[in-house]
Amino acid sequence: MVHHELRLSGSGGQGLILAGIILAEAALYDGKNVVQSQSYGPEARGGASRSEVIISDNIINYPKVGKCDLLLALTESAYDKYIDSLKDGGTLILDTTVNKVPERKDIKVYTIPILDTASKKLGKAMVANIIALGSIQRLTNLVSKEALAKAVLNRVPRGTEELNKKALEEGFNLINNQKDRLYGEVC
Amino acid sequence: MPKSNVKLMQGNEACVEGAIVAGMEFFAGYPITPSTEIAELSAAKLPKIGGKFIQMEDEIASISATIGASLTGKKSMTATSGPGFSLKQEGIGYAIMAEIPCVIVNVQRGGPSTGLPTAPAQGDIMQARWGTHGEHSIIALYPSTVKEIFYTTIKAFNLSEKYRTPVILLMDEVIGHMREKIEIPNKDEIEIYNRKEPTQAPSDYKPYEIKNGDIVPEMASFGKGYRYHVTGLVHDETGFPTSDHEVAEKLITRLVNKIEANKDDIVEYEEYRLEDADEAIIAYGATARSAKSAIDTLREEGRKIGLFRPITIWPVAEKQIEELAKRVRSITVVEMNLGQYFEVIDRIAGKHTKVVKYGRVNGELINPKEIIAFINNRRG
Repeated sequence: MVHHELRLSGSGGQGLILAGIILAEAALYDGKNVVQSQSYGPEARGGASRSEVIISDNIINYPKVGKCDLLLALTESAYDKYIDSLKDGGTLILDTTVNKVPERKDIKVYTIPILDTASKKLGKAMVANIIALGSIQRLTNLVSKEALAKAVLNRVPRGTEELNKKALEEGFNLINNQKDRLYGEVC
Repeated sequence: MPKSNVKLMQGNEACVEGAIVAGMEFFAGYPITPSTEIAELSAAKLPKIGGKFIQMEDEIASISATIGASLTGKKSMTATSGPGFSLKQEGIGYAIMAEIPCVIVNVQRGGPSTGLPTAPAQGDIMQARWGTHGEHSIIALYPSTVKEIFYTTIKAFNLSEKYRTPVILLMDEVIGHMREKIEIPNKDEIEIYNRKEPTQAPSDYKPYEIKNGDIVPEMASFGKGYRYHVTGLVHDETGFPTSDHEVAEKLITRLVNKIEANKDDIVEYEEYRLEDADEAIIAYGATARSAKSAIDTLREEGRKIGLFRPITIWPVAEKQIEELAKRVRSITVVEMNLGQYFEVIDRIAGKHTKVVKYGRVNGELINPKEIIAFINNRRG
């Protein structure tokens, strides 16, 4: 029985709200129940921004994410703000630009170059969110690859489809070289 | 892959989709957080279906334009939050008195005044009931999921047309802003109610005459040759003002009774795990979702507890709440205010059972753990 709560955090402008919507939509395509919410107001502009997704086989009543199963942190301030909100045994995906080594020993940590892959390898910093989604998919199998690809293509601007497909692949690849550490049920 | 009419949708978006299915052709508003998406999406969608969107100079102008559009036969809506809801009260009273159908959405936020713009609160329960002055009744609906926002918006339009009265749709920021699954039904699966228009010649039309068997007067649309006087003053069947005491008494009583005497048609509610319950929670909107989660946990711990969730918040489901009170040993009213609906429930249920309140005003959705802790501590 799947019930997974994810918190995607970083700074305003990194596309994390869109990433949350795409992930939620992918879960919907897979026939799951899903709730997506996000930070509003001053904190959504420039400071730490977050998007939250609950994916479940059950009806989701309480719609807020408290302690999360997975935390994505693309910036140091997001890491600082949300690291304590990760459950015991939870998974942290940390961008390599975040100059921190988590002190918590009870969590799984994947440090991967999401922002660098976007800006240096693909030449577009704006696709970091899609790379992150690829990595989350590959790591957790919470949503199917097909559903995620469909959700990405549904939501990205016309003319950027190929770029975003590549970004998704890069996201998968960032995790593929850590294969022995994958977990989760295949949907 | 699910059917193509299954969508991930934001609550505010579901409100606009529901309004359009219900027949909304006009929206006038002055956007305010956390209701802004309702104006934004109305602006995007209405012109494409031949409707009109106007951003007005303020909230009073918005409700006035909404009322004016309705008088031309167009189903109309406006949306706001607490600060704007305060300003719209004048127009709401006018629409009650002149019997003009329209829908007013209030996506609540922390108050009073400008309060907490992006944070949830349920502080406008009593303002929805008594925000406008003078003796009156009101219909206010309170959805709890994105899907329910869609259907409740349609219901708000239907009731406003049927009873010729403004209907208030109270929403929570939490649900207005979050996205979840909704299956958009085919249009032919949805019942739509349209106001009854007169059939007699304009010269024979009395705008506030009630025909045999009708609940409300037939409503002519301006622009179709019917000319009549619309006023917030006490008026007789012709629509012209009068200070005749008998007419006044009859009019105000009728305006109240057309709602209060038709509760069976208007009142909607959900019962959750109440079948064998010996204690109950009453909660509405987003808070009811937390209550359901709390109830599931408390049930696992062996408590026989269930939820009564009013969807029609005004008029009150008095009969049902009294019945409930007779079969449970306690009712806990959980709400994001300090007891506004509790006072109402206590009046109805207090003579049959113990009624207690759990209210928070910190700008956060009450979570299931808080409800569980409150209920467990109360027992001990």
